[in-house]
Amino acid sequence: MLLIRCPYCEMERPETEFRYGGEAHLVRPLHPAAASDEEWSAFLYLRVNDKGLHAERWRHASGCGRYFNCLRDTITDKISVTYKSGEAPPSL
Amino acid sequence: MPEAVRRSILDGLAMPRNSAAMVAPCPPATRFILRGGREVAASVGPAFGAAPPLEPLRSQTVGARSALWMGPDEWLLIAEDSELALGAALEAALASVPHGLIDVSHRQGALEVSGPGAARLLNAGVMLDLDISAFPVGMVARTLLTKAEIVLWRRAPDLFRVEFSRSFGPYVVAILAQAASDQDLC
Ligand SMILES: [Zn+2]
Repeated sequence: MLLIRCPYCEMERPETEFRYGGEAHLVRPLHPAAASDEEWSAFLYLRVNDKGLHAERWRHASGCGRYFNCLRDTITDKISVTYKSGEAPPSL
Repeated sequence: MPEAVRRSILDGLAMPRNSAAMVAPCPPATRFILRGGREVAASVGPAFGAAPPLEPLRSQTVGARSALWMGPDEWLLIAEDSELALGAALEAALASVPHGLIDVSHRQGALEVSGPGAARLLNAGVMLDLDISAFPVGMVARTLLTKAEIVLWRRAPDLFRVEFSRSFGPYVVAILAQAASDQDLC
């Protein structure tokens, strides 16, 4: 069982309260109708799929309900930091 | 005119208890989910009687009215008295600020778990540290009791209120009944 710190609840909570939300910091094209097929498919489908440190979204689903972001190592599964939505990823 | 009868989802269920803890159904209460920014919390406080806290996982109780932090833009308001016009009064107080106010009185039920073994009994299904230093009086958290989403609220050192979605009532009671009997064996 992982303990994940929710930046809104400001405490560590059990993994089972959370849902994974995919890669973080993806920006939706401001005018989707004006985006090219390549731009739109990149937004929808292309992910960095990093081996190592990965910025990703999680949701404290059975807690405060909020989405937030975290940096997790995809090799070790260690979450080094969590931060609120809208904040820049902390430099490690 | 036919009489409307209010039936609790817990009617007819034996309430769990053991040598250190007991479970009892809470009387019906009026409940609202309030959504919005911090200006919503400031506006609703005087009308409701208890100010929604901005500090995470805290509650504010004044008399029969309690405001419980659920998230940074969400509060559960519980009125343990019965004032039918409460919803209208809250809407009036909130008229000038963007907000959501939903009456969830009948969506949820509640149990009280009390006694020196109350925290231990709840910890059979709740994964939070319920030591008084980690989860003090007045602290509240939406969390899980095994598979059921609950709101766990400590009202006194040996007294918790558990809010659950109505249809989960029998499940919550069954989990606590099993734990109560298991814990009396060891
Ligand atoms: Zn949270």
